[in-house]
Order: sequence, then C-alpha cells, then structure tokens
Amino acid sequence: MSKLAELRNARWAPWMPAIIAVVAVALFPLFRPPLDATMSDVIQALAYVVMALGLNIVVGFAGLLDLGYVAFYAFGALAAGWFASDHFSKVNGGEGVHIGVSDFVQTAFPQGIHVSFLLIVIGAILVTALAGAVIGLPTLRLRGDYIAIVTLAFGEIISRFAANGDSVIIKGYALSNGRESISPIDQLNLPLVGEFDSATNLRFYFWTALALVLVVLFVNFRVRDSRLGRAWIALREDEVAAASMGVPLVRTKLTAYAIGATFGGIAGAFLGVYNNSVNANQFQFGISIFLLSMVILGGLGSIWGVVIGATLLSFVNTFLIPDVLDKGSFNDLLSNVGLDFTFGEVKFGVFGFILVLMMVLRPQGLLPERRRTAELTQGVGGDEAIVETRA
Amino acid sequence: MSDESAVGTQQASSGSDAAAPSKLSVEGVSKIFGGLVAVDDVDFSIAPRSIVSIIGPNGAGKTTFFNMLTGLYKPSTGRIVFDGRDITGTRPDRITAFGVARTFQNIRLFSTMSAVENVMVGQHARMKGGMFSSILRTPGVRREEREVRERAREMLDYVGLRAAEFDQVSSNLSYGDQRRVEIARALASEPSLLLLDEPTAGMNPNESARLTEFMGKLRDERDLTILLIEHDMKVVMEVSQHITVLDHGEKIAEGLPQEIRENERVVEAYLGKSAGD
Repeated sequence: MSKLAELRNARWAPWMPAIIAVVAVALFPLFRPPLDATMSDVIQALAYVVMALGLNIVVGFAGLLDLGYVAFYAFGALAAGWFASDHFSKVNGGEGVHIGVSDFVQTAFPQGIHVSFLLIVIGAILVTALAGAVIGLPTLRLRGDYIAIVTLAFGEIISRFAANGDSVIIKGYALSNGRESISPIDQLNLPLVGEFDSATNLRFYFWTALALVLVVLFVNFRVRDSRLGRAWIALREDEVAAASMGVPLVRTKLTAYAIGATFGGIAGAFLGVYNNSVNANQFQFGISIFLLSMVILGGLGSIWGVVIGATLLSFVNTFLIPDVLDKGSFNDLLSNVGLDFTFGEVKFGVFGFILVLMMVLRPQGLLPERRRTAELTQGVGGDEAIVETRA
Repeated sequence: MSDESAVGTQQASSGSDAAAPSKLSVEGVSKIFGGLVAVDDVDFSIAPRSIVSIIGPNGAGKTTFFNMLTGLYKPSTGRIVFDGRDITGTRPDRITAFGVARTFQNIRLFSTMSAVENVMVGQHARMKGGMFSSILRTPGVRREEREVRERAREMLDYVGLRAAEFDQVSSNLSYGDQRRVEIARALASEPSLLLLDEPTAGMNPNESARLTEFMGKLRDERDLTILLIEHDMKVVMEVSQHITVLDHGEKIAEGLPQEIRENERVVEAYLGKSAGD
C-alpha cells in the first residue's frame, strides 16, 4: 500500500504511461518477421511523428502558420541523396570521397560522396536550420494568413526545384534527379551496430526511427519549459506585450522556424536513407498539409497530442485508405452511387473531412494542451484570435 | 498617510528639478500617421525618482507618446534620451533591457499563462539561458529557472496578489488582480522607469486610492521613476509632482498640479471653450 503510494508520488510517475508506450513500441519488431510490411509502415509513421513535432514548434508553440514544411523534408532527403550516393560521380577524379562508411560501401560504390549517416544528419540539421531562418525572414513583418501564403510559396519553390533539379546543372552535376530517383543511397551505418540492410531486416531502422522520435521529444519538452518556450507562447498570445516585456521578436521567431525546420531535416535524411532513394515526387505540397493536419488533429501545441495525431493519420494513410481499396466494398459503395473515383484518389479529401469533423466535434484536438483548453472553453483570447487570422 | 509625505517630497524634488540630470528627456518628438499628426513636436523631461503624469482628453496622443518611448513606434521626428542614452527608434526589447517597463491601457497579459508565468516572461531580458543550455538543462539554467520562478512569486506578493492566485491562468483572475499582475510583470524586468497607461481604469475609488499609495511606495522602495497616463484627476493631483497636458498631439501646458488645475487652456481642452468665446 505505502509502496504503491510511493510509486505514485515518484518524480517520474507522470511519465509512466509514456514509458510503457515507448517500451511496447520498442518491443514490437521482435514479434514481427524481420521484413514486415507493417513494420515498414510504422517506420514511416515514426518519421512523420518527427516532422509533425517539428511543425508543432512553429505552428503550435510560436503560433506561426507554416504551409511549406515539406521543404525541410526535401532538404534533409537531398542531403542524404547528395552525400550518401554516387550522385557526384566525378568527385575526387572519380575516386569518390568516403568518410566513416563501411568497407562494403567503399568497394561497391567507389564513386561519389559517401558520408556516415550521423554526419549527414548533422549536415541536414545545419542546412535546414539555415533554410528555416531564411523562410522566417520575409514572414517577420507579416501576420496570420500572409505568413501562410509566404511559407506555402517557399514550400512550392523548393519542391519545384527538386522536381526540375535534373535540368539544373551546376559544374556538371544535376541538383537532383527530379522525378527519377537518386538511388541507391547507402544503408544506414551506425558505430557499434554496423551497417543495416533494409533488404533483409528492418528492425534496426525501426529502432533508429524510434530513437530519433525520442530525441526530438526530449528536445521538445526541454525547449517548451524554458525561457525560449515561454517567449514563444508569449509571442503567440500577444506580440506587442511580448516585445515590451523584453522578448526580441526577430530572434525568437527565427529560432522557432529554425528548430522546427531541423526536425524536418532529420526526418528527411532518415527517410532518404531508409527508402534507399530520393525522388522529387516525395516532396509534394500535400505533405505539408498532411503534417499540419496531424498537428491540428492531435492538438496545437500539445506534444503528446501531436504524437497521437501523427500516428493516427499515418495509420489512416497507410492502412485504412489502401485497405478499403483492396476490399473493394467501399469503392463499390462509391460506384453504386454513381461516383467515379476511389478513396485513394481523394486521399486529401478524406483528411480534409477528418479535419472538418474535428473542428465541429473537438476543435481543441484529441489531446489538447492545457492552455488551449482554457482558450476554447472559457473564450479566452477568442476575439484576439479572430483579429489575428483576419489581419 | 502617504498624502502629506507625497506633498513633502513633491516640493523637495521640484526644487531640484533644474539641477538633476533628467531620467528621460524627449526633444521635439512627433508622430505622423499618414496625414494625421498624432503627436506634434513635444518636448518633455522627467527628473529621476519622480512621479509625473501625462493627461489630456481622449485622442490627445498620450498612448502614441508611450508607444514611442517604449519603441513600439518610431518617432517621425525628434529624439528620445533615456539615462543619457539615445533610444530613438530602438527595438522595444532593447529599451526594456535598458530599464523601461510599461503596462497597457487595456490589460495585455498573456491570457493562457498563469500569473507566475506572466511575471517570468517579464524577466526575459534579465535571463541568460540559451537554447542549447536549455535543451541540456545545465545546472546554470536549472538555477536560473528556480530563481526566476521564485522572484516572480516575490513580485506577485509585492503587488498584493494572494498566493492562491499565483498559479491561476491569468484570464481567470479578477480585473484588479490582472492589473496587479501586469504591474508585477513590468517590475520583473527590473526597470528604473515605469510607464503606467491608465492604471486605475475600471477601478473603484477605494482601489484607486490604494494604487496611488502603492505608486509612492514603488518610487521610495524601488528607486523608480514613474510616468503615468491617467484620467482620474483625484489620482493625478495626489500623486504627481509634475503634470504635462497633451491635446490634439500638442503639449498645451505643463507644471505643478496646482498650476495645471488653474490653467485656462487645460480647462478649455477638457470642458470646451466657453459659450461666450
């Protein structure tokens, strides 16, 4: 009895459900065959969780709507494409550059730049942080809808560049392979663990993705409960008051964009390596909206909410929509009423419908942040929010 | 009780007005919005450790003037010098770091934050914790967070908020308590000049009297210079050592409370010209 009370009062007690969930997820691959479609879907979902958590910093914490988040995914993936493949085939007189990669990569891919995954992630972090700050700059003098438009355009510019990168030739190298893939990308190779092989075993990829999620979660919690996190929320609530209390607007906003962007870069680099190819078709505007839907579904600004939102939506994306296609019954339903399309074709319509449902039934999200609950149930700052979106 | 002592210090400091270097001096400041001249060529200065009021009818440009002092607006012309440092057109957060803090006419607390968190944001400029040290939660950051939280509670106690309200979301607080939290948040930035924009708006006479007393206490205990925009003449006359009157953006009078009370132009601005004129 007293032991139980002790447990309940322990400092880590509130974290218990999270710890159990993480352990359960970590054990999941052991109960599946090493090459398993479900496991592959979950890996994809974990990468989405990383990106959604990044977007949540910009949109949820700092209150800056970002519709071009896919750009950071693209940057991260391209970093993997450039620096872990033979894309730059003539570099170093055709002998390639190899840093921290296995002997196998050295002998099998003598050309191009091949750098270890950890270095690629660090590179992706630097590049996307810079890109985040760059996209932040023009939005500094804007509010609400206008920020959304600028970020939307930025996302489009980057994805167009990636798509047409095959004809952007700089010093004999294309920017990307456009809608043809840059492929193959080197397998993930971690110190101590060695080189992974996605053709035979996905477990290590799974655990790496989970580790990335945990790192990103850790950073999220730490930053939220800090001087910077408070400044973001102050900024979201009232920019004028925040500035008058000593919060530097420019730096605080740019930091939000930069940190948010790095998570996109990390996830992008991971997905590039995991998918073994980097293809411009992956960087579509829909991804930005998909991620934003995850954040809204889970609850703007709520870290656990966003994790749940991202997991749910990618579940819908990978299981539900293809499944109803397979069974055919739902599509029969559509064709029976004279509709000539499948759910797969109107995927984003389905997500839009989910969002509309959420707005009607539970606007604060599935697992709302404490603050947002206060805002919505007590009408706090309600009119201000309207001013902000209209301004 | 503070009544007589306030009068006493008033005479003392108004005598030394000319000699002391001013805390804040404003030279020929104007603000023009399109065709509208909101503030027109105003000269103004405050002696250190004094309480000074700006009064004037609605739309006289008082809040615009405040917004220029705190960096929210850039003056169209003129110069603002605070503590011997030119702060004309400086960023608001820098001006706060130099030691100017303010409250707002219509309370602007961070509505979903608790009272304590609001006051913690007020200390932003006095904190050092950066992004990386926050992520690592270094001992330094840990200590700073603890101290900042502790100081926030002290400050709320100082302005008279009950301890039970400290962790309340600020929008759940009563109007008077919200005003208190706003003053605590401003004080938390450790200012030497405090700007209060209509602090007694919406208060009953009792609360106003207490706030008047509190302003005297702030000046005496915390070495503050206070600049006040106020409509309540009872408060203004009681607390101010010096009064400046704005009307249509122009300074139409300044002087001791007694002089302002008897100034014809001021009476005119407030009550309109007499019918015979």
